[in-house]
Amino acid sequence: MIMQPHIQISKVSKVFSTGEREVAALDDINLDIKPGEFVCLLGPSGCGKSTLLNAVAGFSLPTAGVIHVNGKPVQAPGPDRGMVFQEYALFPWMTVENNIAFGLEIQKQTKAQIGEKVGALLEMLKLQDFRDRYPKDLSGGMRQRVAIARVLALDSPIMLMDEPFGALDSLTRRNLQDELLRIWMEFRKTIIFVTHSIEESIYLADRIIVMTYRPGKIKKDVSVNMPHPRDPSSAEFNDLKKELGLLVMEEQSRHNQEEIKAPTAD
Amino acid sequence: MKNPYLAKTFETLQGFLVPIALLALWQWLSTQAIVNPQILPAPTKVLAKWWEYLMPMEAFDPARSGYLAWIFSGEMIRDAYASLYRVVVGFLVGAVLALPLGLMMGANDRIYKLFNPLIQILRPIPPIAFIPLSILWFGLGNPPAIFLIVIGAFFPILMNTIAGVRHVDGIYIRAARSLGASQTTMFLRVILPAATPYILTGARIGVGTAFIVVIVAEMIAVNNGLGYRILEAREFFWSDKIIAGMFSIGLLGLAIDTGMNRLNNHLLKWHRGIENK
Repeated sequence: MIMQPHIQISKVSKVFSTGEREVAALDDINLDIKPGEFVCLLGPSGCGKSTLLNAVAGFSLPTAGVIHVNGKPVQAPGPDRGMVFQEYALFPWMTVENNIAFGLEIQKQTKAQIGEKVGALLEMLKLQDFRDRYPKDLSGGMRQRVAIARVLALDSPIMLMDEPFGALDSLTRRNLQDELLRIWMEFRKTIIFVTHSIEESIYLADRIIVMTYRPGKIKKDVSVNMPHPRDPSSAEFNDLKKELGLLVMEEQSRHNQEEIKAPTAD
Repeated sequence: MKNPYLAKTFETLQGFLVPIALLALWQWLSTQAIVNPQILPAPTKVLAKWWEYLMPMEAFDPARSGYLAWIFSGEMIRDAYASLYRVVVGFLVGAVLALPLGLMMGANDRIYKLFNPLIQILRPIPPIAFIPLSILWFGLGNPPAIFLIVIGAFFPILMNTIAGVRHVDGIYIRAARSLGASQTTMFLRVILPAATPYILTGARIGVGTAFIVVIVAEMIAVNNGLGYRILEAREFFWSDKIIAGMFSIGLLGLAIDTGMNRLNNHLLKWHRGIENK
């Protein structure tokens, strides 16, 4: 049986025009993602990984090419693709509980259904004691838990995560990575996870897509065949880390050179 | 050893130091007749006048009215009530007009472009400059005064509402869209609450302007209210009553501002800038 790709990215290019200058952010990206796959987009800043994620989310459509989700072309954002932002994007005027319930209220679920789901999620993400708090009272890690719970509430088969743990300290980060893996294994969601941390991508992903710096292309598509939980001190882990490190460094140095050239360019 | 309670009391007492010194100087200047007491009456005289202005003019008579009605029958209370009534009505009318328009202008670029030129022309005209026109249109009494207050409250609320809607962080819009929010939900549950800090700032400025305008309006278009009373006192050369009236105006302003502050804190208890109790 041939499984239909859950997310199919075909010949996707994206050009941003700022005044007279045109920047090619993505160039001819082709990528098929299977249901339940955990894919990391890895690369230095400016490699278009967030642009690609936003295109899948439907926030900014590609200038050429098309993205299919479940066989349907992406035209707008929707609750079938839950998004977790680096900046959390919780609604500060809603309590933790109301933030999680918001998506369910939009779907006009009954009070009882909402209460039950929100209760279960609060427990799963260890947020019970904070249900009546406002986001401003929470730490970064707690806020990101709420944001993950908000997406899980929707039961969306796809989770899009844009450097979700980028602003957290390393301990909290590891904690949430483990939590995310637990959730992923339990619900078998398809995850696209943007990061610039090589270690994070190896720790989490089935598949790591290394992207090039401007225009963003797929430099390498690496499968990670280590069982979870992965040990960052193992030889296998470190070999892969070294390999990916070289690939990312090449792009990083191109990035640095362009930064130096940029002021004299015009 | 330092006692924190004592330190706190000391600090509070320190705050009274300058006002007390000033009052003492004022009292001395006036009783020594260094300054003409007609022009600057002693604080004790002002206080006495204030009390007289506050209290009912007639003795309490249970046959004629209840105690509560009697205690609130003083001239000042009636003046303060009249002024407050105008501020509240004018402010509410101004807010009811400004809020929907501001929300629409902030959310929709075409509506913004349609109304913005007119608003930019009218906005720099101080509400006070509308006095002659308002008397011409509405005669004397409450209507012209309330009209002026409406104008005074309208523009700050309008401008802040527009800014509030326009400054809603795009990330909330994106998050709500990806959760599947419809236009209506987006507006009512995301844009409106996100804009509340701005809107409330506008309301606070609006009330402040309304309070300035009411005093001026009462000096010209009406024959009661705190503003009218101090102008009337000038005609009789009652400088003690003028100062007592000013003092009352200050107290009413303080009360209004405190009320707005409470409302702010209540509505914005989620907001980062405000301490939670």
